[in-house]
Amino acid sequence: MSSRPITEDDLNGLIDGTLDPGRHAEVSAWLDAHPEVAGRIALYGEQRDMLRAAFAPVIEEPVPTELDLSRMIAERRRPRVAPRWAMAAAAVLLLCAGGVGGWSLHGMAVPPSEGVLALAREAAASYAAYAPDQVRPVEIRASDRDVLAAWTTKRVGRAVAIPDLAAAGYRLMGGRVVPTEHGPAALFMYDDDRGTRLVMLARPMRSDRDMPMAPHAEGDLNGLAWADHGLGYSLVGAVAPDRLHPLADEVRRQIRSEA
Amino acid sequence: MTHEMVRLVEPLIPALRRYARALMRERAAADDLVQDCLERAISRWHQRRQDDDARAWIFTILHNLAMTRLRRAAQRPVHVALDDAAAANLSQAASQEEGLRHRDLLNALAQLPDEQRTVLLLVTVEQLSYADAARVLDLPIGTVMSRLSRARERLARLMSAEPRKTLSPPYLRSVK
Repeated sequence: MSSRPITEDDLNGLIDGTLDPGRHAEVSAWLDAHPEVAGRIALYGEQRDMLRAAFAPVIEEPVPTELDLSRMIAERRRPRVAPRWAMAAAAVLLLCAGGVGGWSLHGMAVPPSEGVLALAREAAASYAAYAPDQVRPVEIRASDRDVLAAWTTKRVGRAVAIPDLAAAGYRLMGGRVVPTEHGPAALFMYDDDRGTRLVMLARPMRSDRDMPMAPHAEGDLNGLAWADHGLGYSLVGAVAPDRLHPLADEVRRQIRSEA
Repeated sequence: MTHEMVRLVEPLIPALRRYARALMRERAAADDLVQDCLERAISRWHQRRQDDDARAWIFTILHNLAMTRLRRAAQRPVHVALDDAAAANLSQAASQEEGLRHRDLLNALAQLPDEQRTVLLLVTVEQLSYADAARVLDLPIGTVMSRLSRARERLARLMSAEPRKTLSPPYLRSVK
């Protein structure tokens, strides 16, 4: 017999089948001589079998569509294949060419309102003004994220979480405070490896304080707007709606989880 | 790279769902967690070292996401009653007797502290080596071993102390 004493680790190893054959034999022999411990170890073994049996059915279930890895990878790539952002931005500029004197955005000739519709319009206008800007698209860069957060919070009057879209391939460029008809709003801008830019606008809502996510579009510029607890958000970009939607979902998820 | 990732990770998805289900208990919450985990894995795949074991690597991501959610849920708890449907989620056509025993087990498991439940599940159900479990949990191996012993002891005590009567406080919280 070995002189090495039997340890709790040995007993666990016996249950989990990690002992080499020599040690296994020694521990088994020791247990034969110590029936009270042997009873406990047998119980643990039974416990292990029950646990395995309890969760075994999960393995047999078909994997849901949302967890199809190949598809997840494909969906992540698709929009980068055809980024028509330059064209789209030009289209937006044309649409906005009415200028300050006469906002008559094509397809957006809706009466001014305070709600989500107005927010969507403001987001599109901010996108048109800042997204094509090659010199100074943002006032505060992402490297000064804390400064940006403090500034937007102060001017908007409420803390606005800055979503992180890095996992989806969009880096935070930075942001600024922008004017709207309904007071200062926080603008955050993102881009991907291809230079496709996204703009998120957030401001307090006096009406439509809680609204489900709804799409809006002007030409190639797509957006999704919603409101949660009195803060309204719109995410816009020259990105296909089926690509933008998961991004907006992610933004909303992050904001809700930080709230 | 993509093919390699699909080849290595896809076969692990059923096990990831199993661990997630055991922690979150509710199917939708568990699958949502796995989806998050896979998204992160896709975006971080290039950061993974070639010699890194894919299973331990992705279980680490899943485990950390789960702990974040459970902690967050604990801060603003929305309790969901543990019902028979939740248990039925897991049991196949079990006999009544087996069903009750099964529920006892899940109730007892629910009463373990997270640090013991996770070790026990990783080692017994997922059959990770002690070294891999230590990696996933970011703990020294000795701590894994002592937690494992405590988990087994406590689970046995809970199951013998509460022979199928009251339902335990559920550890499941819905995460919206």
